[in-house]
This record gives sequence, structure tokens and C-alpha cells, in this order.
Amino acid sequence: MDKKEILHLKRIATNIRKNILRATCAAGSGHPGGSLSIADIMTYLYFREMNVDPSDPKNPDRDRFVMSKGHCAPVLYATLAERGFFPKEDLTTLRKTSSYLEGHPNMKSTPGVDMSTGSLAQGLSTAVGMALAAKLDGKGYRVFVGMGDGELEEGLVWEAAMAAAHYKLDNLICFVDYNGLQIDGKITDVMNPEPIADKFVAFGWYVQSIDAHDYNQIEQAVENAKKQKGKPNMIVAHSTKGKGVSFMENQAGWHGVAPKPEECEKGLAELDAYLASLDLEEQSL
Amino acid sequence: MANIATRQAYGEALAEFGADERIVVLDADLSKSTKTDVFQKKYPNRHFNMGIAEANMMCTAAGLASCGKIVFASSFAIFAAGRAFEMVRNSICYPNFNVKIGATHAGISVGEDGASHQAIEDIALMRSLPNMSVISPCDAVSSRFAVKAAIEHEGPVYLRFGRLAVPQIYDENTEFEFGKGVLLRDGSDVTIIANGLMVQYALEAAKILQEQDISARVIDIHTIKPIDRDIIIKAAKETGCIVTAEEHSVIGGLGSAVAEVVCSEYPVPVKMVGIQDQFGKSGNPYELLKLYGLTAENIAAKAIEAMQML
Repeated sequence: MDKKEILHLKRIATNIRKNILRATCAAGSGHPGGSLSIADIMTYLYFREMNVDPSDPKNPDRDRFVMSKGHCAPVLYATLAERGFFPKEDLTTLRKTSSYLEGHPNMKSTPGVDMSTGSLAQGLSTAVGMALAAKLDGKGYRVFVGMGDGELEEGLVWEAAMAAAHYKLDNLICFVDYNGLQIDGKITDVMNPEPIADKFVAFGWYVQSIDAHDYNQIEQAVENAKKQKGKPNMIVAHSTKGKGVSFMENQAGWHGVAPKPEECEKGLAELDAYLASLDLEEQSL
Repeated sequence: MANIATRQAYGEALAEFGADERIVVLDADLSKSTKTDVFQKKYPNRHFNMGIAEANMMCTAAGLASCGKIVFASSFAIFAAGRAFEMVRNSICYPNFNVKIGATHAGISVGEDGASHQAIEDIALMRSLPNMSVISPCDAVSSRFAVKAAIEHEGPVYLRFGRLAVPQIYDENTEFEFGKGVLLRDGSDVTIIANGLMVQYALEAAKILQEQDISARVIDIHTIKPIDRDIIIKAAKETGCIVTAEEHSVIGGLGSAVAEVVCSEYPVPVKMVGIQDQFGKSGNPYELLKLYGLTAENIAAKAIEAMQML
């Protein structure tokens, strides 16, 4: 991608970040920290990579995305809305009783959601089934998965990892959003899942490590994964929890707490300032 | 007519109906026991061993179903319904996928393997899940129907099969209906409601009662969910009392389901023959059935107890 294309993606990601704040604030609950940290990867996937059509969300040949860390529904919804699957105005109905945007993704209620998730590790495991279906049918679609680093503590992750390698699911491309934090603190203090990359290598995966907020690295890793044959793909994406909102960055406390209106305003102002800086950058190109 | 295990009938039915390209069969390293190996030999490219990893098997089944497949996922009942319960709940039932759980080796008739492998709570678990249907067929003929019904049904189905060879109860040409109980023997003094392995003992019990001039009605409730309320209420009204018989705990299974129906519509005494809230043990299956009171004699005795409450 050239600099202009990257700026375009950064603008989209910033709008997604703004809507994560707006939605969780309006809901009074939700998970901003881990939603913000994976926003750049989501932007790349839905705006540069995935074969999806908002007017045909159930097309059997589409690429799939599974938000295995289902609590990051806010970033999934914000990305889907930005991509045109449903109106952006509806994002602030998140978690309300009458809303089609539930606290954790429900494929029966939200257009564009490929799998219902929320119970950690089950998303990855269902993605194995989707990738297997593609192989069985000789179809070329890919299955992308977004996971948390704390999520790797679930045993089911490793059952799925074993099966993915056993069945040579090279059409499976997973990201671990490696922000180092979970609810009760640092992952290394709570239940250390490290070394993460080494574990997936040992399980027979093709593993790459990147900066989750660098679009060139995201692009390169995805392209490498697509070329590689025979192994499922893991992209360990080093990220900052709460990325883009200064007072949320690197804070375990912002895992599952919604910003209050004043905090939301503060965050939006920072993101607007960032947008302005992107404009300046574009002018100097 | 030779006795055939319902798990054997399951395996053969899968192979019989398996030409449908949408059908995919998963197993967890038990295909020789669950008999999915019969399907595997015929359609090897649509059978996937998921290894000793039941939770992943259930979610993989969900993923396949999300791509249009009709998936049969098999293991022993204790692992299929027990170990992978939350995956069945959240990944199969909640999104309402076309996954059919072929659970074999249910109940204490598993025998020598012992308590760790004897599922006595799987019906209770599965029927508590929204969107899940539950069928426990008593013989090879009704097992074949159960598999066919599961394929035709839109949504999750739990199929409960046993290890032991059992007598043929139904004629090959019997017309079954999903969700409809079968009146095996009419009667007017008491109703015996059974399913699975206990159906043969229910029929024996009716003969024992006949010798004491007691007219017992016998009903096979193969589909515990959705349960046939009409046939149960009719029996309550016309016979006045009920005995249930199941190879399952008396907590939460067929007995509880029947009690739920009659208590809300037409309360009558309901006595339950089943495992009395205890774990099984290792032993010869037939000796275990006697040890745990799963016998025709016990059903007959409980029938008389129920009648004495009137």
C-alpha cells in the first residue's frame, strides 16, 4: 500500500475507534480496551482484504471473520457498520433490550456476523469447522479469526490448534491481539500463556509476529499467510490495549468498563485531533 | 430376529442415508465403538476424526454446519453431553445449527468401564437446552427412524444410543413420527411410560401385572423433547396413575419430563424407576441393571404402588 492508502485506512480505523467509545458510553457497559487494540487489524481485514459484500452477507463463497474474543463486539459492530452492513446510527443501541447489537456477537440478530461468540476459544474452534468445510467443498474462501492473549489460557484453544494443523487448514488466518493485559491484570501475572509464538510453532502453525498498529506489517503478514501452503496461520500482533485513547492505553481497568460521558468526550476529542493530524500528513504528501 | 445394539443401528443408518453430500460425520477416537466407522468406510472423505477432543469436535461441528453441512458428532454420551456441554450450548444450540449429536454408550449398561463412563444425567442436561431435541430409541428399527428424523429436522438433535444388543420391538414397516409417543400396549389400570433400554422391561412388567389381573398401558416416549403431551395426558386421564422407567437418573430425565406435563395439566401419581441419584459401578451390564433396580419386576412393583395411592 502507498502512504495515501494507509492514511485512508487510518481514517477509517479512527472513525471505528470513535464509535467504540460512543457505543460503549451509550450502553453504559461493554469492552473498550480490547476493542480499541484490534481496530487496525479489523480495518485492514474489512477494507483491504476480505471478500465480503454488505448486500449479500450470507454468500456461501464469502471470506469469514470470527471474533473469538467475542466481548470485543463493539469493534466488530463498528467495523461492520463502517463497511455498510447496517446503519452507523444504530451503533449507540449497543446492549439495549430491543437492539440487534447484543453484548456478545449473535449471528442471528446482526447482519455480517459470521459466528455467535462470547465464550472464549469457541470462536477459534468453530473457525476450524468453517475452514474444514471450505477444504471439503474445494472452495477458496478464507477464515479470519480475532483472538485475545488471555483467551489462550483456555484449553479449547489448543484442541483447535492441534486440529487445524492436523487437517492442514492453511485457509485459516488467526490474529492474537497481544496487548499483555486481561481483567485481573497482566497476563504474565494472572496465568502466563507465554511464549505465545513458540507455542503455535510447536503446534505446527506458520507463525509471524507484527506490530498490530502498523499497516505495512499487517499487509505483509496477511500476504505471507496467503502464500504459505499446508499450515494454519497465526499472526501474533503486539498491540496496546486501549490504543488511540491516552487514558485507556495499557490499562487493564479499561477491559470491561464503559467510558462515562465526560471520558467519552475526552476520548473523542483526542481521536478528532488525530484525524486532523492525518489531514495535515496527507497535505504534505 | 437377532438382537442388535442401537449404536449398531445408528452406524448403519448413517451409512444408509449418508449419500446426501451435505452430511459430515465427526468422531472423537471412538468410531469403532460409536459405529461411525461404518459411514467412514463408505464415505471416507466426509468422516473426520477429531481425536480425544470433544469440545473442539462440537465447535468444529458448528462451524461446518454454519457452512451448510448436516453434521453428526459422536462420542460416548458422558463426553458428548457432559464434557462438551457448554460448547453444545453456546456454539450449537444458541445459533441453532444443524448438528446432530450421536451419543452412544449411554446409561449403566455400559457395564465394565464403570461409573466414569456411565452417563446417567445426559438427558437432563440436553433437554434443558433451548433448541435441542432429544430422542432415545429403544431398538434398531426406531434408531434408524431417529437418524432419518434427525437429518430432516432443522436444528440440533441429541440421539441417545446404547452399548448392549437389544431385542427388536418394532416391525420394520412401523411409521414413526418425531415428537409422537407410541402406544405399544393398551391398558386401563396404570400406564408405564418408558424409552430406550427400558421399553423391553416395561413390556415384560405389563405381562407380570396381567398375571395379577392388572391392565397396564405401555407407551414408548422415544422423543423426550419435544414431548408428546397429548398421549401422556390421555394416559393420566384414562388410567389414573403412571410409572416411568428410564436408564437415567430419576432427577431430570424422562420421569421428570412426564411429571412436568401431568402436574401442570392433570395431576396423577407418577412413580419413577431409574437410577436413584447415585453413580454406577463396574460390572456385568445385566447384573448392574438388577443391582440398580432397572428391572421389569421393579416396574411392576412401582405400578402397584402408584395404584395404591389412588
